Amino acid sequence: MAAVMPAPAASRLLLSGNEAVARGVWESGARVAAAYPGTPATEIIESLARYPDLHTEWSVNEKVSMEVALGASMTGARAFCAMKHVGLNVASDCLMTMTITGAYGGLVIAVADDVGMSSSQNEQDSRFWGRFAHIPVLEPADSQEAYEMTQYAFALSEQHQTPVLLRLTTRICHVKGLVSVGEREAHEPAGFVKNPERWVMVPAFAKMRIPGLFQRDETLRAVSEASPLNVIEPGSDRRVGFVASGPAYMHVKEAFPDAPVLKLGFSYPWPPEKVRALAAMCDLMVVVEETELLLETEIKAAGIACHGKDVLPRIGELSPQVLGPAVDRLLGKAAVAPEAAATPMKVFPRPPTLCASCPHMGIYYTLSQLKNIIVTGDIGCYTLGAGHPWNALDSTICMGATMGVALGIDKGRGEADRNKRILAVIGDSTFMHMGMQGLLNITYNKGNITVLLLDNNTTGMTGGQATPASGRDIHGQEAPRIDLAKVVEALGVANEHIKIVDPYELPTLFKTIREEVKHEGPSVIIARRPCVLTDGFKPFRPYLVDTDKCTGCSNCLEVGCPAIHVTRREKVIKNSGKEVELAFVNIDNQACTGCGLCVQPCAPDAIQHVARHDIPIHIVKT
Amino acid sequence: MNQDQITNILVCGIGGQGVMTATEILAEAAIAEGHDVKKTEVAGMAQRGGVVTSHLRFGRKVLSPQIAPGTVQVLLGFEGAEALRWSHYLRSDGLALVNNARLVPPVVDLGLFDYPDDPPGQMRAAGHRVVSFDAMSIANQLGEVRLGNTVMLGAIADYLPFAPDILLACIVKRFARKGDQVVDANRRAFAAGREAVARQLGANEPAPA
Repeated sequence: MAAVMPAPAASRLLLSGNEAVARGVWESGARVAAAYPGTPATEIIESLARYPDLHTEWSVNEKVSMEVALGASMTGARAFCAMKHVGLNVASDCLMTMTITGAYGGLVIAVADDVGMSSSQNEQDSRFWGRFAHIPVLEPADSQEAYEMTQYAFALSEQHQTPVLLRLTTRICHVKGLVSVGEREAHEPAGFVKNPERWVMVPAFAKMRIPGLFQRDETLRAVSEASPLNVIEPGSDRRVGFVASGPAYMHVKEAFPDAPVLKLGFSYPWPPEKVRALAAMCDLMVVVEETELLLETEIKAAGIACHGKDVLPRIGELSPQVLGPAVDRLLGKAAVAPEAAATPMKVFPRPPTLCASCPHMGIYYTLSQLKNIIVTGDIGCYTLGAGHPWNALDSTICMGATMGVALGIDKGRGEADRNKRILAVIGDSTFMHMGMQGLLNITYNKGNITVLLLDNNTTGMTGGQATPASGRDIHGQEAPRIDLAKVVEALGVANEHIKIVDPYELPTLFKTIREEVKHEGPSVIIARRPCVLTDGFKPFRPYLVDTDKCTGCSNCLEVGCPAIHVTRREKVIKNSGKEVELAFVNIDNQACTGCGLCVQPCAPDAIQHVARHDIPIHIVKT
Repeated sequence: MNQDQITNILVCGIGGQGVMTATEILAEAAIAEGHDVKKTEVAGMAQRGGVVTSHLRFGRKVLSPQIAPGTVQVLLGFEGAEALRWSHYLRSDGLALVNNARLVPPVVDLGLFDYPDDPPGQMRAAGHRVVSFDAMSIANQLGEVRLGNTVMLGAIADYLPFAPDILLACIVKRFARKGDQVVDANRRAFAAGREAVARQLGANEPAPA
């Protein structure tokens, strides 16, 4: 991802919301941009890394990325950080004090809510942070607005010396639309000025600054009231008026093109006079917001009558199809039954799977064969180990939680769980994000835990980003490579209980896990194999099934590889009188990349290498 | 906003099949024709063999990026069961162009769910207009399985509100730096995709869009 010449000014580009924010950051003259990957925000920094003349980085976690941005802002540089909604929880410790120091150089935080939860463990509404941290919130409704509001956010930040929250959702981040772009604006930092009363947040100094937060709220409310980002579109059908922000505005315009709308681009502090003006011009007012009833509550508290979550859903994405019937009900119209044709067909679910040759399959196959264990999980591709066929995870909470939860189970367990072995699974990137402290806590507090550190040398789930252990930076350039085994040892795990294994070698993996769970104390098994979606992975010779030898035992299916398919099922009565279903298989050798995991449990030795001359020329990674 | 001014195209398949790239090229063609365009998908875990849908809307001015069920003019299905899964998005006079691929997920192989016997047949029985063809074997006949996506784009080319050459030009532009041989192979794949559909539907069938 080396920097390339950006598209020239005045180009009209098809950009995702993420790419549009990146362009806006670059044009604003930002010098520093930092993030930890997280869906749906990942591509903001990935895109920024291709622009010249600014420092971009993968930080080890969101809190660090925000601190980096703050430091840059202290010098007067324009600075930016991006994260997914749950990332802001991690960064919130910084945020809640950074709001007191305020920004010097423009400081913008992009936060992307995974509304509808396509790839997250919860659905939370980041607009709350605006209230909690007393900072302004801007909400673009499409890519063009994402680009423009990013630039405005830097100006607003500098003018009022406040961090600004740019709130995005999946339907902004991952929607592509046309954007007219401009030039990069030069922005030379004014220079760091020593000022302990501003930057050293000891109680005495912080106390002096806190009244300024409330003052700033009032000032920004006036800015919001006058802002062209908050505009009333009068419409012609005055029965129902809408207050809407973000993608919800587009849904309202689509479903009710003639209705009055107050479009909130500057959504916190929101403009009470404009809301009153809208309320006065329509019979009923509906607040359309994703996802919590936040504006609605505040508008009602201001004494303005409105509807909202009494008719609209509180979870998931809104759409014109959700809005239409809800508002009809409000108007007392009978709901129109959907056309028969618009009813979905019944089709099997297709959850995401681990890839063919994914090293995690070796881990989960092995865990699925073990009895009397409790396995705490974490966030990443390897969370899929909770699914079929392995059903191998007993918890998933948040980044790094595997360590603390495992220790808590160890310390809290009573007689019912006395003989169980506790394992904590975590990926390499998650370990460096928030798992190291948890491991230190396990060693310090003498936990009896076996940690499985799945080292695939990348941040896999978000598309294979570099990490401090991959030896590459965000641009693919060489970077210092940290040694995970040494880190683990430094965190207090005895050297003889740090094992490095190949997750493709099932017997060794099995034996190592069996041995380490017997050890009374912390141990770490580093399972090391590159993610198949990265350049570090080199495909092997694919396998096929000798159909004459396959006995239909279905052992191989327990590996969970998406390249193994059942060709035929047969019910047989065993000598014991028990009926069993046999499943005869083949291997899709376009998809198989030859890891050999399925070969190992195959009882009749029916899985063999494809003859060299039959190897497909293009091995398709699934 | 008059809904009829907007063209809704739904492209569906599974992670890794090239659904998002194909839709991107369709979007570029619509832009070349001067349309406002919005394209959306939820990509998060799609790379892992999950369901992928890409919504493409274009016209004078596009507001919501999401297509409503029952309003799709053309559904381009990269996989049989996936086309069936999203077939309720078709409007009554819509057209489904379906690649016959049958990609069976582990949950079906594990015996937890059944794969439908005949997805295009089921769609037809539900009253949809469906053309199904085997894009991958067409691509293989042309000597390169990776041409499958261009075959798919060829399949939809005659059912867009602009000339097939506009779309072809966008494909050519993508592959231009890979040399003449690759460009020519893609031209042949595009033509083969057009022909596969025309043979079944009749070349004179009016475009639904």
